[in-house]
Amino acid sequence: MIEVLSSAALASVQDLGRTGGLRWGVGTAGAMDDLALAAGNLLLGNAPGAAAVEIPVFPFEVRFTADCVFALTGADCAARLDAAALLPWWTHRARAGQVLTLGLPQGGAGRASRAMLCVAGGIDVPPALGSRSTQLRGAFGGHEGRALRRGDVLRAGATADGGGAGAATAPHGFGLVPPALALPLAVDGLPAVRVLPGAEYPAFEEASREAFWRTSWKITAQSDRYGFRLDGEALRPIAPMELRSHGIVPGVIQVPHGGQPIVQMRDAQPSGGYPKFGTVIEADLWRLGQAPIGSRVRFVEVDWAQALAALDEKAAWLDGVARLVALHRAAAIASTASPRT
Amino acid sequence: MNIALARQPAISLLGTTALLFEPPGEGMTLPVQQRIWALAETTASWPEVREAVPGMNNLMLAFEQPPRDLAALEARLVDAWHATRPLPLAGRVVELPVVYGGAGGPHLADVVAHTGLSIDEIVARHSAPLYPVYALGSHPGYCYLGGMDERIATPRRRVPVVSIPGGAVSIGGAQTGVSASAGPSGWNTIGSTSMRFFDAAAEPPAALRPGDFIRFHVQGVVR
Repeated sequence: MIEVLSSAALASVQDLGRTGGLRWGVGTAGAMDDLALAAGNLLLGNAPGAAAVEIPVFPFEVRFTADCVFALTGADCAARLDAAALLPWWTHRARAGQVLTLGLPQGGAGRASRAMLCVAGGIDVPPALGSRSTQLRGAFGGHEGRALRRGDVLRAGATADGGGAGAATAPHGFGLVPPALALPLAVDGLPAVRVLPGAEYPAFEEASREAFWRTSWKITAQSDRYGFRLDGEALRPIAPMELRSHGIVPGVIQVPHGGQPIVQMRDAQPSGGYPKFGTVIEADLWRLGQAPIGSRVRFVEVDWAQALAALDEKAAWLDGVARLVALHRAAAIASTASPRT
Repeated sequence: MNIALARQPAISLLGTTALLFEPPGEGMTLPVQQRIWALAETTASWPEVREAVPGMNNLMLAFEQPPRDLAALEARLVDAWHATRPLPLAGRVVELPVVYGGAGGPHLADVVAHTGLSIDEIVARHSAPLYPVYALGSHPGYCYLGGMDERIATPRRRVPVVSIPGGAVSIGGAQTGVSASAGPSGWNTIGSTSMRFFDAAAEPPAALRPGDFIRFHVQGVVR
């Protein structure tokens, strides 16, 4: 079990998201960096859909109220367990009473912005409509349907291999090369994400279409789990458009009348009516989810085949992680099982 | 432009997560929506489709897995559309008492200004129709309604309101609806009602479904 010690706002319980509720108006929610969550779960031997704590505001502190194996993925936050420095993208063991502190994200301009705290067995909150992700607008899911507060206590679930809650003896002491290093994507030194043009893309002025790919876009302070509002050269439609409300998904880039685009993020509502310039492809949404407020990103145009290839590349990286982790876990279990001489 | 081509449905991609199907035509009509409901029912069982989600005279198909052969899926979808017949869903009628204007309807004055109609005329025109629920979306339990009197249509606000409360009755362009929970909105709020539209623990969680009807009953008008 972990107890939240910080009043740090906006940390929330997230899994890979909620599917099947769009027709009731229920968006998917889910981890902004799904790759960090998936990798954290692999490191711990958890089910792929196990829930973790997503932390966007620092410093953030929790106390372990029981022995627990955990992994830190996502942003490198110079974490400490009591006084001991912890490696990022690594599995660790905490003893009851120890305090985990996450500081400001490290790494300069290319730093990530959200940490994932994953525990062996996953965060055990009751699933709602098939998911443990926090649905902030609907005020359900996650921990009491809201962001975490000081004093909240979260339980760890039982591990897949039959360990107890938090699996205090689960294999640990190994880690990964983060995907930002293993799967880099940058243009002119800026982080980049790939975009499939959307339905209304041809209805924008040619100069706007050209500027979208050629210039950098600043992530403004009005950006959160719902959407990233970008600042750059205004995107101008050839003629004003009023669309009928229609389904949208995380990644869709809407252009309101003012011309500054908004990228829908994981808490996106499931429908909208603004013109769609394009969609950040699912394979790259984690990259954008990690881009800090105030930083700049570039967009790269791709077609359907390239977007699918990017998904394959992401899946292949996770397969590689799974193989590596299997070796580490086997070695860790063997060393635990063998008698000392 | 070739008219025959222009009459074809439009299919566009929402990344690799979903596609959007839009039949030809302007405006929002119930017969088209009834065909959308039929198409949703047909496509929901396709292996590529995780969820078929009706919008306002359009349909989103969320993929189970993105199809490798997109063209084949698109062709099948167009064929299915041409084969659909209107599915005349006729659900229950829900009466919602509304207080128009006042603190619960801060933008009624903007609708007066835009339409040139009196408050009484706007209230009368807004509360007259039996509104079919075309689709759910936006946020948990929210209903998109068809059939609003076009005379009271008012453009979405230039700057969205940071938060409107649950139960807000509002007009956005030629559409009207009732917010199911507090949140941001670009629509013009003209009144308020109290109704619980969503309960995550209920089965189904949304109180209304496409084909149900809402009638707004004038509980009061605050000037």
